[in-house]
Amino acid sequence: MFVDSHTHMISRTTDDYERMAAAGIVACIEPAFWLGQPRTHVGTYIDYLSLICGFERFRAGQFGLRHYCTIGLNPKEANNEELAEAVMEILPRYALKEGVVAIGELGYDEQTALEDKYYRLQLELAKELQLPVMVHTPHRDKRQGTLRSMAVALEHGLDPRLVVIDHNNEETVREVLDRGFWAAFSIYPFTKMGNERMVEIVKTYGAERIFCDSACDWGVSDPLAVPKTAELMRRGGIPEEQITKITYENPLAAYGQSGQINEADWLNPPAIDQRTLYMGNTVLRGGQAPRVEHKPRAGTGDDLADLKIV
Amino acid sequence: MENGVPTLIAVLRTWVARRLSADARRWFDEQIAKLSSAPIEKDIYLALGYATRRLGKHDLDLSREDLAAAQAARPGWDPSDWSVDQASRVAFVLASFDGDDAKFQARIEQLFRTADIGELITFYRALPLYPAPKRHVARAREGARSGMQPIFEAVAHRNPYPREQFDENAWNHMVLKALFIGSKLDPIQGLDERANPRLMRMLCDYAHERWAAARPVSPELWRCVGRYADDAALADLARVLETGGLAERQAAALALTASTSARAKSLLAGVPELARAAAAGKPGWTALSATAQ
Repeated sequence: MFVDSHTHMISRTTDDYERMAAAGIVACIEPAFWLGQPRTHVGTYIDYLSLICGFERFRAGQFGLRHYCTIGLNPKEANNEELAEAVMEILPRYALKEGVVAIGELGYDEQTALEDKYYRLQLELAKELQLPVMVHTPHRDKRQGTLRSMAVALEHGLDPRLVVIDHNNEETVREVLDRGFWAAFSIYPFTKMGNERMVEIVKTYGAERIFCDSACDWGVSDPLAVPKTAELMRRGGIPEEQITKITYENPLAAYGQSGQINEADWLNPPAIDQRTLYMGNTVLRGGQAPRVEHKPRAGTGDDLADLKIV
Repeated sequence: MENGVPTLIAVLRTWVARRLSADARRWFDEQIAKLSSAPIEKDIYLALGYATRRLGKHDLDLSREDLAAAQAARPGWDPSDWSVDQASRVAFVLASFDGDDAKFQARIEQLFRTADIGELITFYRALPLYPAPKRHVARAREGARSGMQPIFEAVAHRNPYPREQFDENAWNHMVLKALFIGSKLDPIQGLDERANPRLMRMLCDYAHERWAAARPVSPELWRCVGRYADDAALADLARVLETGGLAERQAAALALTASTSARAKSLLAGVPELARAAAAGKPGWTALSATAQ
């Protein structure tokens, strides 16, 4: 079984859901983010948040996946002050919805004053509601942005055990782990980094507080990145228990601190959910642990070679 | 109805309290007390937000006596498959009613607009319990338009609201949509009493679409056809009697017993065994619904 802790499923097709379920992914987390272009009204933001707590959760259930989300104002849109103010007003309404496992994605994009302001305000909200935080580390000036994200979180008195720093690479992982935060890695196809790097990272740092996700969205990305990475780790000689931690137990432990994601959700869901929301994972039916087979898609050869860390 | 709100809350509380620990019960009662006395909006969404966390999602598992109490408090109300969180959230929403219908409607609308999927199901199921029922027709129709089957069913199934408030067009589309999305008809309240000629025509046209696509037709479809069956519909029923599977043929016979036309009688005479069973109400629409896919 796998948990993919970073997926923008509203951008994905039903084929993706089918392939994910078949590959053994039982749960996915949809962080609130921008949509490839900035929203210009709070109304569209409300509808977006309702969509990721509503229809997308339903849709995932049709394919046997449980769907969770995080709620937050992302750093890019934090730069539109009028929008940001209005979104901050409505966030508390969504933060306690069922299946909301964190406040996020938060952090910095260009590290502007407005980004800083709304990052801090949302850290306070997470503290008040005792929810974990998902931090999106910036694509540019990444190391400095990551260090600053952590410093500010500590300054606001957040327990690093409740904070996931996402989109790590070799330049950031040491300091993230040293400070006691969770370190997540987004595995994308076709990036400049080598495909064995996740394996190397695990060989160097072990599996404590480390996990990986696909960050699949509307761009070139692979919703099967987590099961494929598990397979890569296996081929790279990583012990099975470490693979399980990185692809299942750790994201569950990190976001499970919200009380909103639990193994029982897919292994033994409440009767009311079985009647309405969750069609069950057919892979899991029959009392078997899911078999994870890596089947290259026709004509593509072994696409494990395409997997890279951001 | 307004006088009924405290009764409804009391009934809901009885059911919920049985399933809760002393701590959870205390929290529930605190929320009701807070929401009953000039609540601010934040109190409401915090109570709703924490409901699943503090109270869980167990089934209420209501007894026959409980369901009778529901009927007494609000005729037609059928909470047989409600859960603790649903009953609690409905109690919270009702507790915030202070006699001002417009204010209550605005609040409900706001709650619907920012609801998660579990809340949507809950708020739609509770449609028959809201004061000033006519105010919520547009909202109910929105739910019946939903592409999410559990939301649609929260309005359509085991809910007296559509039978009482939907106009003919809304009603007909709800019934047709149920078939269209593979939802059952039998749990819809008022199915027989609200049958009408226009619905009969819509359903027969739909059956023809399905036949053209070589796709199965639910036996339940014929339930709303029989009483107002015209010549074309009777020809369709004759076709089902000739070519349908057992459940479809039983359904056609049941449908024909609801028609007063001579043609219906002669069709039934052609299938004496089915006609005899149908006249005795067998196997009955509920049984046919249970065996439908």
